[in-house]
Amino acid sequence: MREEIMEILTELRPDVEFENEKKLIDDGILDSFDIVSLVGELNDAFDVSINVQDLLPENFNCVDAMVELVENLQEEE
Amino acid sequence: MQRSILEYLEESGRQFPDKVLFADDKSEITYEEFIRQSRFLGAFLLERKKGAAGSPAAIFIDRSIGSLTGFFGVVYSGDFYVPIDRQMPAARIELILNTLNPAVILGEEKDRRILLQTGMEDRLFIMSEILSEESSFALCKEQEERLLKVRREALDTDPLYAIFTSGSTGVPKGVLVSHRSVIDLIDNFKEEFSFTEDCIFGNQAPFDFDVSVKDIYSTIKNGASMYVIPKVMFSFPAKLITFMNEKKINTIIWAVSAFRIIENLNAFTGELPKYLQTAMFSGEVMHNKVLNYWRKYLPQIRYVNLYGPTEITCNCTFYKVERAFSDDEALPIGISFLNSGVFLLDKDRLVTEAGEAGEICIKGSSLALGYYNNPEKTAESFCQNPLNDAYPERIYRTGDIGKFNDDGELLFLSRKDDQIKHMGHRIELGEIEAAANSLEFVAAAVCIYDKAAGRIHMFYQADAPCDKEVLRALGKKLPKYMFPNKLRHFEKLPLNKNNKIDRTYLRENYLTKDA
Repeated sequence: MREEIMEILTELRPDVEFENEKKLIDDGILDSFDIVSLVGELNDAFDVSINVQDLLPENFNCVDAMVELVENLQEEE
Repeated sequence: MQRSILEYLEESGRQFPDKVLFADDKSEITYEEFIRQSRFLGAFLLERKKGAAGSPAAIFIDRSIGSLTGFFGVVYSGDFYVPIDRQMPAARIELILNTLNPAVILGEEKDRRILLQTGMEDRLFIMSEILSEESSFALCKEQEERLLKVRREALDTDPLYAIFTSGSTGVPKGVLVSHRSVIDLIDNFKEEFSFTEDCIFGNQAPFDFDVSVKDIYSTIKNGASMYVIPKVMFSFPAKLITFMNEKKINTIIWAVSAFRIIENLNAFTGELPKYLQTAMFSGEVMHNKVLNYWRKYLPQIRYVNLYGPTEITCNCTFYKVERAFSDDEALPIGISFLNSGVFLLDKDRLVTEAGEAGEICIKGSSLALGYYNNPEKTAESFCQNPLNDAYPERIYRTGDIGKFNDDGELLFLSRKDDQIKHMGHRIELGEIEAAANSLEFVAAAVCIYDKAAGRIHMFYQADAPCDKEVLRALGKKLPKYMFPNKLRHFEKLPLNKNNKIDRTYLRENYLTKDA
């Protein structure tokens, strides 16, 4: 799953080194348009639905947080 | 007769001295205090600046109240302000500063580095030092007299601000707008939409984007309050809606893109904005699919579609959404504001038939003064009304194609050139192409917009594929919203029979498949 998320992120923003970034949101690297695209891609790829309560900065600051979010959502279903 | 927007501020200051005028996530300021600080800054600049009144003062902005104090301080000093987003790449900031050659630059110590490149570092005034907390902001008699003299000599045709917008040749254009045009707009908004001192505005638009002009000046005209919404909340709408409810925001004038984010993220499944009464939008086409999402969850509020380019001071038409629309119907851009002349031209002929397409043209007090320090582009877009050969009458040709429906409402159809609206920004594809073609390792590049998917495609010719390098290099020249979303490498770009890059072929063969 981690690899797949990395692929989505790299496709979305080829200019960002996602492995090294731990503050994607706090440092303003990902903006609202990236988040909209990303949420759509994650929902489709992993058959989850990230809803407004899951949309928190801490869930998107780094790749590992995104993996955790998607895993939790998959478990719930 | 009103000659300056400062009269709005001072009148409201007299009525509501202790009321909160502006607030951001860290602080808030009352009318009285804001006026005191702005006048102090104005007097400070007057004592030190070189150059005549009516000169540009560049100001590095963020999402804080300090940026707004900077604007009004500049106006008190008799100059006009030019907001510059310090997040923009250095190369673009330099282009703008070189066009302006400002005598005054307001910013912070961290902005000095960028100014070294242009040799303008000695013109930097540090805002946080001038407006330090220790200051009493008191003015001496001479300072008061200087401020008074500036006001005595002010004209309503003097410039108030310049806002830079994408230019097709690669150099951004500074749209220069007068006090009169803003007074015209804001008075119209009050009348048409019944704004009062009870309005609480939730500002979304950055201050270098003219959508924010409506927030700022409607607030000061009406003695209202404005909350600056932190940018990050638009990525995380639960926080946004909580913020709106905490601050009791009842009026929003946002870019269409912000409304779309709420719909895309299905944000209204949680808490709803409880106090919202009026929602206005502009900047690009509002699709009814997005608007219907809002109308479903918030059926009781008033929705208004606004239309107009920066060159005619924000908006020249409005449409109050009252009837139902299906998702695939087009939302009209409506009818003209009072004192705005809106008509369609087919080349130089007036379009009179409903249903017939023509270029949307504007005349009246709302017209910008022109593009700062750019007479060629000014003459191209602001020209003599071809329907009038008896006396000088300036019109602005928008480049937008529209038509009137049978009810006399205007509809937007398309653009006649390569200007696009992408993620809420107005972009000339030519500016992206100019940046890409300036790269050493790129032999040629063209951009095509996939409107349906909302993606900018770049097709480039280079020795080897180098998407990442292209994007990295563009990042030094262009703001992020201008980045191409899809890149495709060619060893040789296809040419048409005129030996030009074959855009039609590229569009037909590469766009829909990828999208």
